[in-house]
Amino acid sequence: MSVNVDLTTVWAFIIAFAVFAYVVMDGFDLGIGILFPTFEVGPERDRAMNSIAPVWDGNETWLVLGGGGLFAAFPLAYAVILPATYPLIIAMLLGLVFRGVAFEYRWRDPGHRRYWDAAFTGGSLIAAMAQGMTLGALLQGIEVVDRAYAGSWFDWLTPYTLLTGLGTVAGYALLGAAWLVWKLDGESQHHARQLAKRAAWATLVLMGAVSLYNVFLNAEYAARWLTAPEIFYAAPVPILTAVVAVAMLRALKAERHSKPFWLGIALFFLGMAGLGVTMWPYVVPPGLTIWDAAAPERSQVFMLVGVAITLPLIIAYTAWAYWVFRGKVGHEGYH
Amino acid sequence: MPDGLDALLLARIQFAFTVSFHFIFPAFSIGLASYLAVLEALWLKTGKPLYLDLFKYWLKIFAIAFAMGVVSGIVMSYQFGTNWSVFSDKAGPVIGPLMAYEVLTAFFLEAGFLGVMLFGMEKVGRKLHFAATCMVALGTFISAFWILSVNSWMHTPTGFVTGANGQLLPGESWWEIVFNPSFPYRLVHTVLAAYLTTAFVVGGVGAWHLLKDRANPHARKMFSMAMWMAAIVVPVQIFAGDLHGLNTMEHQPQKVMAMEGHYESHPDGAPLYLFGIPNDDEQRLDYAVGIPKLSSLILKHDLDAPLAGLDTIPDDEQPPVAVVFWSFRVMVGIGFAMLGIGLWSLFARWRRRLYDWPMLHKAALAMGPSGFVAVIAGWITTEVGRQPYVVYNILRTADAASPLDAPAVAASLLAFVVVYFAVFGAGVWYILHLMRKAPKPGEYGVKRGDKGPIRTAGITPGPTQDPSDASRRDLSGSKHEPGDAP
Repeated sequence: MSVNVDLTTVWAFIIAFAVFAYVVMDGFDLGIGILFPTFEVGPERDRAMNSIAPVWDGNETWLVLGGGGLFAAFPLAYAVILPATYPLIIAMLLGLVFRGVAFEYRWRDPGHRRYWDAAFTGGSLIAAMAQGMTLGALLQGIEVVDRAYAGSWFDWLTPYTLLTGLGTVAGYALLGAAWLVWKLDGESQHHARQLAKRAAWATLVLMGAVSLYNVFLNAEYAARWLTAPEIFYAAPVPILTAVVAVAMLRALKAERHSKPFWLGIALFFLGMAGLGVTMWPYVVPPGLTIWDAAAPERSQVFMLVGVAITLPLIIAYTAWAYWVFRGKVGHEGYH
Repeated sequence: MPDGLDALLLARIQFAFTVSFHFIFPAFSIGLASYLAVLEALWLKTGKPLYLDLFKYWLKIFAIAFAMGVVSGIVMSYQFGTNWSVFSDKAGPVIGPLMAYEVLTAFFLEAGFLGVMLFGMEKVGRKLHFAATCMVALGTFISAFWILSVNSWMHTPTGFVTGANGQLLPGESWWEIVFNPSFPYRLVHTVLAAYLTTAFVVGGVGAWHLLKDRANPHARKMFSMAMWMAAIVVPVQIFAGDLHGLNTMEHQPQKVMAMEGHYESHPDGAPLYLFGIPNDDEQRLDYAVGIPKLSSLILKHDLDAPLAGLDTIPDDEQPPVAVVFWSFRVMVGIGFAMLGIGLWSLFARWRRRLYDWPMLHKAALAMGPSGFVAVIAGWITTEVGRQPYVVYNILRTADAASPLDAPAVAASLLAFVVVYFAVFGAGVWYILHLMRKAPKPGEYGVKRGDKGPIRTAGITPGPTQDPSDASRRDLSGSKHEPGDAP
């Protein structure tokens, strides 16, 4: 049994890693979609699109790993969370359909390009909002009876989930703008930097609001953050977040190229760590722990072998693909 | 519980709709990725620009088809949980890991190398680019491997035990689960179907352009390559399909009974029904037209072998016969029409009229989309034929759905229908638009940016382009005459 406990914990971290990888990688290209209407029609939009065209598909694959991994490692959690947030998941999927095809279609059909640009933005916005609200719905708790979702239709729609949704939109916009600061130059880069500054403030305010909401409205979450000895493990998270936030604003002011993006990732990492402190060891608060929902040991071991072999390779060739398309995006795109 | 039944039916329609739409794209992109790898290999080997032109021509189409496959595939990966949560909870420990392997070994491979394949030739050079193309093609195949293993396990579940909490748990050996009895047959049959679907699309496009200009060397080449596939692979596919049918006979006899329209048992030789109207209420095939004893010959290789019918199966264990009966006939009919095209092309080749026989070209054009119809019909046959089970003989479809109310599922189904027809309709339109243009020397690749095709002759390299990059010269096109193709 003790072996099983360890494996389940390992799997919880693997899923958390996949979710984190998804959030930062698809986060920046969804963020570019969210900010797209603010870019000038023509070269500025084309360059923004070209900066993510070669990598968006790989980025989105982490979502499939997050979902597929959850299905495989914690099937009960997968079977509870998805029906509980049904409208959000469907909205996210349809949003991803629109923004995914827009990458190809907008080049194929200049006559309708503005419609596909709108689909790109609308799809990105809906997907980001739905992802943030799904996280909120999970954090506020999902009612489970007899291995099935037992809540009602609109449990996922509360002020809190709207807040987490907006926070995610702002965070993705920050990542997207920071990515463009790195990948563009000239006037477009300047524009991206202005956007990044605003998105950074919005993200910090919303992150703070979500944190306060957690602490003041949920007694159990408050206990984790505000009482000893937990507070000693938890305290570094907000402190480091403040440090990163200041560094981010300074890096933007100092017109650094890649630093804001890396600090944006650090911000998301700290958000993820805070999430871990809040939720652990539940995968579906308030009732299901990771051990309640875990797949049997044989499934975990079989997959762990696959992960141990393939994940380093995936990271290696993904890094290579990013390396191939390194540097500033040219005005004419990749060809 | 009429409400429960309605929600169930809606969830089934939604899954059938989204998976059918989705499968159209991989059925095409599995074959097309391999075709692109072959074209690029031929270009690298022979140095003939014609192959590079064809590569770029089909690459543009591949980019659109692949994007549609990706986004419709993400929907599938979540729909197990949204709409079939009981199934997900129960079968997750067995099939979840196989799907995780699909993501880890296939999806990342495809997605990771796709960007380089589409946009990176001059950044990485020819050889690495070819490697990226091969990785994408390999990824599509590995993806088919895992997902067909999952699907086959649901048809022929083996190697599991039932846990105390009702979950199906993996047994001693994963090998038994992955290589379950129907998997090898289904894998071969499906992958060959994908290759043939692509071959007939390529052949149809080639035929279309031959009808307009029979001297077009690019159209000639693609038509010829496609017709070789038709001539060689269709017979192999018919053989593989027959083996798959025999395997189904062994493991899911009532599916074959429904395919054959055998309501009644035939103790001394069963007829092969060519036509009939299945009548589930009366449990008989109305207006049946059949060839005596031929079914026994095909299924048992003996004219007089007895064959059991659906009268040996309780009513609540029977699949809906009409759907299975007709979809099977559509698939087989198209298969034989494909065989006809393949044989005709051999005859035309022998008579040296392959590029000079408008009737053949018209027939090939008409057969261009037939592969899609055949694969969807084949999937309907096998999936409906498994009913009323989702995991055969273990878990009923009716017991597998999520606890959702009918209006919620109806709303999502409506949204999927509207969005899919609009979005994928547009995508198919763009693909047809690309196919309408004749392939030509100096074909440009995946175009990006407002200034038109980068790198066609006449555009001065910009400051970001390194003029010493030798690989780029191969991409400039327009350096050869149309006549230098075979």
